[in-house]
Amino acid sequence: MSTNKVIDARGSFCPGPLMELITYMKQANVGDTLELLSSDEGSAADVPEWVAKVGHEMLGSENIDGTWHLRIRKAK
Amino acid sequence: MRILVVGGGSGGTIVANNLARRLSTEIRNRKVRLTMLSASDRHMYQPGLLYVAFGQMTPDQLYRDQKSLLETNIEFHVDPVTKFLLDQKKVVTKSGRTYDYDILVIATGSRIVPETVPGLVEGAETFYTEADAIKLFKKLREFEGGNIALVVGVPHKCPIAPVEFIFSLHDYLKMRGIREKTHIKYHYPIGRMHTIANVATWAKPEFERMGIEIETLFNVKEVDAKNKIVRSEEGTETQYDLLIAIPPHKGMEVIEQNTMGDGGWIPTDRYKLTMEGHDDVYVVGDATNLPVSKTGSAAHFEAEVVAENIASIVKIGAPVRDYDGKVYCFIEAGHDRATYAMFNYTTPPDLKPASKPMHWFKMAYNQMYWTSVRGLL
Repeated sequence: MSTNKVIDARGSFCPGPLMELITYMKQANVGDTLELLSSDEGSAADVPEWVAKVGHEMLGSENIDGTWHLRIRKAK
Repeated sequence: MRILVVGGGSGGTIVANNLARRLSTEIRNRKVRLTMLSASDRHMYQPGLLYVAFGQMTPDQLYRDQKSLLETNIEFHVDPVTKFLLDQKKVVTKSGRTYDYDILVIATGSRIVPETVPGLVEGAETFYTEADAIKLFKKLREFEGGNIALVVGVPHKCPIAPVEFIFSLHDYLKMRGIREKTHIKYHYPIGRMHTIANVATWAKPEFERMGIEIETLFNVKEVDAKNKIVRSEEGTETQYDLLIAIPPHKGMEVIEQNTMGDGGWIPTDRYKLTMEGHDDVYVVGDATNLPVSKTGSAAHFEAEVVAENIASIVKIGAPVRDYDGKVYCFIEAGHDRATYAMFNYTTPPDLKPASKPMHWFKMAYNQMYWTSVRGLL
């Protein structure tokens, strides 16, 4: 059964939002959806770049009141 | 009131010593009982392992007896916890004893899990344990030139270590006169060469000046130890003669076994540092799931907040401070130079130029740590 997990990486300069996503992606099962919260403007570009390169699925990204909400499905 | 600290690393030791002094009167009057449970009777200064890997420190310099670091009014037992019965406000230890508490501090740390990457144990050297650091030093001493690759697992303790290792490696190989015969390739999991943007901006030209090849977006998938090839999740591969890994980490097994957090990381309130759903349980250091660096520095600043708040709860019935995400990391930059990164949840690091005085301060801190962990610095 797939699950949804929210990763709150707001205010993270080190390890940073993408490293947090990679950490939790390793723990997730194929089909799980992860929602990454980030206050780093760079996440809007670097998260989709990594997701595309590894082969996961980018479900969406939107900025709500200064926080990026990036939704990713683990595909492999 | 019974205060129980589980874990005798940096975070747990600073919490306990800080509390012991803040609550010395209450402990003397038997209104407070302060107990620490640890898995070891020794305390290791873990950042020293990097120096062991280059023959600049010996392992015996990294240890002190744990009891010698603790205030005398702390009851100390080498008896690791096996069961956390949080709803009953008690823990059970390896020896079978049960400890009740009113306030619990969990500071169990993290562990390396190289076995989670196929072939990594067989094919790579690391420096995250005493034995591994010595083994790596011997490998480097025997090395006569070729391809050295460094790969970085996620998550990992001390996020600055990959950069520091490369600077030190470059200097070491130059000292041995084999730098010209050695190609160094640095691999990093995300799209720039360090997760802290300012560190990446500073270190990238430094690496280029030293002739270090950089490959970003490289997450280790597997190591073919027989053919000496490391492959990434992103579909690339690198041939090596000597592979050095920053191993991936997890929280401690006891946390997973007690279903207190996925991966062994305990869900923690980022400001209060309490375990989610348990206001009487505090978490410090690597054991948290907070998006801050897994370093002794973060553990230190968290520990000061936790100790001050617990002491305030005892004295006035309420906590007084929030943790602001503060971390301070030295960065060894080679050529006897160093710099530092300091940041919190709202302020990014503002990196200063590397300097010799900062390097010597770091060398001094390697000794001052023992004062720091006693909660005096």
